[in-house]
Amino acid sequence: MRDVSRSRRRSPARAAGDAGGSNSTTTDMAQKQGSEHNGASGSIEAAAKGDAALRRDLLREMLLIRRFEERCAEAYAIGKIGGFCHLYIGQEGVGVGAISALREDDYVIASYREHGQALARGISARAVMAELFGRVDGCSKGKGGSMHLFDRNVNFLGGHGIVGGHLPIATGVGFAIKYRGGDQVCVCFFGEAAVNNGAFHEALNMAALWKLPVIYLIENNRYGMGTALERASAINDIAERACSYDMPSEVVDGQDVLAVRAATMRALQRARGESIPTLLEVRTYRFMGHSMSDAVSGTYRTKEELEEHMKRDPIVVLRMMMEQEDGWTDADMSKLDEEIKALVQDAWDFADASPEPPLEALYEDVLVDTTS
Amino acid sequence: MAIITYRDALNQALREEMQRDDRVFLMGEEVGVYQGAYKVSKGMLQEFGEMRVVDTPITELGFAGVGVGAAMVGLRPIIEFMTWNFALLALDQVVNSAAKTLYMSGGQYPMAMVFRGPNGAALQLSAQHSQAWESWLAHIPGLKVVAPGTPYDAKGLLKSAIRDDNPVIVLEGEMLYNTKGEVPENEEVVVPLGQAEVKREGTDVSFITWGKMVLVANQAAEQLAKENIAAEIVDLRTLSPMDVDAIATSVSKTNRAVVLEEGWSVAGFGAHVADFIQRECFDDLDAPVVRVHQEDVPMPYAKNLERAAKPDAKKAVAAAKKVLYLE
Repeated sequence: MRDVSRSRRRSPARAAGDAGGSNSTTTDMAQKQGSEHNGASGSIEAAAKGDAALRRDLLREMLLIRRFEERCAEAYAIGKIGGFCHLYIGQEGVGVGAISALREDDYVIASYREHGQALARGISARAVMAELFGRVDGCSKGKGGSMHLFDRNVNFLGGHGIVGGHLPIATGVGFAIKYRGGDQVCVCFFGEAAVNNGAFHEALNMAALWKLPVIYLIENNRYGMGTALERASAINDIAERACSYDMPSEVVDGQDVLAVRAATMRALQRARGESIPTLLEVRTYRFMGHSMSDAVSGTYRTKEELEEHMKRDPIVVLRMMMEQEDGWTDADMSKLDEEIKALVQDAWDFADASPEPPLEALYEDVLVDTTS
Repeated sequence: MAIITYRDALNQALREEMQRDDRVFLMGEEVGVYQGAYKVSKGMLQEFGEMRVVDTPITELGFAGVGVGAAMVGLRPIIEFMTWNFALLALDQVVNSAAKTLYMSGGQYPMAMVFRGPNGAALQLSAQHSQAWESWLAHIPGLKVVAPGTPYDAKGLLKSAIRDDNPVIVLEGEMLYNTKGEVPENEEVVVPLGQAEVKREGTDVSFITWGKMVLVANQAAEQLAKENIAAEIVDLRTLSPMDVDAIATSVSKTNRAVVLEEGWSVAGFGAHVADFIQRECFDDLDAPVVRVHQEDVPMPYAKNLERAAKPDAKKAVAAAKKVLYLE
């Protein structure tokens, strides 16, 4: 399903052969790299596909997110979760696939639809649910809520609520990695609507200009709230925007968790080895409304379209593959599902029992008292 | 004691702090090869190299966000805006990211960083380049805001700002860069954040002010002295957190207060100062607090109109006489 489109469209000047030829541009390097690790791509594919144990882990992560989000919808309906709440159902393959390829010391930063990435990165379901409930044991002590999940212990840099706002921050994390001479990578998740925002352009331009180890991962779920991609972007193949920055890019099937994992591994290799950023356009679909106040199909998409996309549920796609390759059975699935449901129930119970933040917390953490 | 310019005082602060801590770096437009649009960073590229003195594209939102990201993972960025007028494009990062990340992460991510650059009007730069932004910035919880008015304070406050583990806004003055003052050579100059200073002692009326307006207050005080009126000047130096004790002490001594600011009147920082005085110093007051500020118009280009729009010594003198019931 993978459509590798790395720099397939080049700038007019380059297409006309005006590039000069003496400089090794990022694109040239990336293409060279691409061809160089074509030989190694087999090993990346194999590593991405993993073994039965890895695939079971990926399935488990996706199922955890699915069941967690279903309970969030329930909690929201009865007022245990307030504010805005954007669910990740349908997109699980993206967060799970990409984050599964990372090292512990890499960084993850995300937008406001980030419950899934937070769980995939290893913030406990208890801490995430407690945060959503606005309780003191939440991963942000109840002060961030659904859109602002943070956990320093797993290098999860948030939960950011302004569309596009965290893209320059990811560039800054990449800058800091390079400044220190490290080999970590920052993966930045955002929706396709953010590419129309000036911050996208500013962030990617600097990352390419300075060669920073950042993966900009577009979760193209086709709608910015209720506005379809075609109604918002002059270019519909948005990965092509990467050519503005001479940046490697790839279009990835987001419903195939293994494809996302493989594409991320390729991008990681570029980032770690050569400090070259990548733009990944991961095509996915959200099975729920934009937020809890948006009906599932809404006024902007048809029920038929939704049902068509739901046929490629990332959990089902992997499960079917596991049935063929790993002898995964319905009984295995039921057992896993029961385990996950119990885990999510435990998270709910934990959150429900966690106290509200003490009123003294109101004025805590506005500023720190320290200097260096 | 050495007499140096405000510009060189800032340069010294930047260099000393970058020598002291290799996590500190300077980023902005024209800070490196060009040596700074106002030459504040003169010589720094040569001293520290291009990884620590970073020229950016003209991309204020972008590089402000780069600073935020770098601060989140432990560097200590100094983000220079060529002027605060251009920083308007970056306010999302300043307000939504730098100021709030500590709070909304439940205390996990301190943001040790500085945003600095010239603030306020210079001469005939017209409407888009002549604005004082402190009222906007001091409004935001999670930011500290300083506005040095002298070379000594410029050096001392910038050094403290760089060492502080919070995001600190440093409002410099284009018209101040060439002003000179005493800054000791062989001792560490550090001015603690949050401490005002009485720049001139007086008994009859208090000018509460900051930044470039300290010069205007001085001119006004000189003129008043000729009429045997002793004005006291309280230079807040830090707007957020505001040194309320210094204000209260001065007002309890003079019983009359004039708040002098460079920006517009509506929701201006001076209104916040006046609010504090009426709440906490009510019994000390012998007259209502009067504010001096820019006229509430975009800054005009024509010399005479610009002069009329700006707060100046004449307006400050008139305000002092008003609270003394002399006019």
